[in-house]
Amino acid sequence: MSLIAITEVKKRFGDNEVLKGISIDIAPGEVVAIIGRSGSGKSTLLRCINGLETIDEGSIVVAGAQFLPDEVHLKALRLKVGMIFQQFNLFPHLTAGGNVMLSQMVVKKVPKKDAEAVARKMLDRVGLAHKFDALPDELSGGQQQRVAIARALAMQPMALLCDEITSALDPELVAEVLAVVKELAAEGMTLVMVTHEMRFARDVCSRVVFMHQGRVHEIGAPEDVFANPRTPELRQFLGVQ
Amino acid sequence: MTEFSFWDILRNLLLAARWTVVLSLVSFIGGGIVGAALLFLRIGGRRGIQLLSRGYIQLFQGTPLLMQLFLAFFGLGLFGIDVPAWLAACVALVLWTAAFLAEIWRGCVESIAKGQWEASASLGMGYLQQMRYVILPQALKVAVPPTVGFSVQVVKGTALTSIIGFVELSKAGSIVTNATFQPFTVYGLVALIYFALCWPLSKSSQLLERKLNVAHRNH
Ligand SMILES: Nc1ncnc2c1ncn2[C@@H]1O[C@H](COP(=O)(O)OP(=O)(O)O)[C@@H](O)[C@H]1O
Ligand SMILES: [Mg+2]
Repeated sequence: MSLIAITEVKKRFGDNEVLKGISIDIAPGEVVAIIGRSGSGKSTLLRCINGLETIDEGSIVVAGAQFLPDEVHLKALRLKVGMIFQQFNLFPHLTAGGNVMLSQMVVKKVPKKDAEAVARKMLDRVGLAHKFDALPDELSGGQQQRVAIARALAMQPMALLCDEITSALDPELVAEVLAVVKELAAEGMTLVMVTHEMRFARDVCSRVVFMHQGRVHEIGAPEDVFANPRTPELRQFLGVQ
Repeated sequence: MTEFSFWDILRNLLLAARWTVVLSLVSFIGGGIVGAALLFLRIGGRRGIQLLSRGYIQLFQGTPLLMQLFLAFFGLGLFGIDVPAWLAACVALVLWTAAFLAEIWRGCVESIAKGQWEASASLGMGYLQQMRYVILPQALKVAVPPTVGFSVQVVKGTALTSIIGFVELSKAGSIVTNATFQPFTVYGLVALIYFALCWPLSKSSQLLERKLNVAHRNH
């Protein structure tokens, strides 16, 4: 059974139809890369899965629970899928540890002591146990993004959505973040990643989705999609003729 | 007729200045509480409620405080409710202050990056939790200088309540003038007392702002 079932999803901003009927089923443990040009609707799709945007038509079902836009359902949905953003979005007034503890205590009502233990464990998992007391300001971009991953993991989601999580990083910091993601993939975490790291998509992902103008233009195993692009749009995107 | 010495004048004015201070504090604290409620409704309430609180803010920002005082004082009188001057003064000033503070604070909340809302939402927080733990702690820092700066307007605003007969510093000034026929001395002192109340506020607002800007630049 699929963990995330996206069926015929349409999304409009005013007259601009950004998603024109997207259907993708994602099984538990799958690592799906979403590639495509800027403006093709990749971010919008992830934001719909997390309920940051409402959908106009179709359905999104996560672990058997239908997406409905009221606060109770949204919260249930968001406890199942975590999200990592391009700009990290750490809470600047809290330490790394505080960032990882906050939502556990506020949303899940975990006692402070337990939340702290989980936070230390999660920061350790991304290689930042020693930065527990550092403020986001004092961390490099790569470290901030790893804290953001730890923060999402602390909620014990069934899947993580990653929206170009290395795009805002200096090139030399990309690898440390991808290494963490790769490890998560190896541990069986379900991942949906919008990415421009084609090599990473090829090596780590189980499926690649090429989006074009609000549609799934091609979908398949990375070796097929990258080696045998069938449409001119994908060939052009990949720069092969 | 008794002679008023300079010290008699000053003493009387200072005694009345206490009421200016009390009225300012009541307006500022009451206005802060009402303003905070308005802020929450203005940002996160249902659409109808958002419009309502926006209408409130525009109404109170778009009419003279003097009219609001008159309406609170005479308006309720029309319904046979006898409103003492102090009560009308407090009500009008609280409602007026609330409108301005809500608008100042809204600007501060909106200066917080959208990503903060999205990250906290994606972690499962509801609106009140986002405000309480993520947005307000950041917005508060930005809000302190303009809020302290606005308190100067509140202190000066209390002077208008003399018109409906509330005896604060300005009203005491005209009473003492009538008794002493020394308007220049009396109003000079009144102005000095206002200045002594307001200057530290505006100065600290400036200092806070500069300090905050420096802190920002270091980021
Ligand atoms: N909040 C919004 N309001 C209006 N239009 C939007 C909004 N968010 C995205 N769009 C539009 O949707 C389209 C797809 O955007 P996006 O999903 O961010 O693409 P991608 O992530 O693939 O670059 C773009 O044309 C963008 O302008
Ligand atoms: Mg995008």
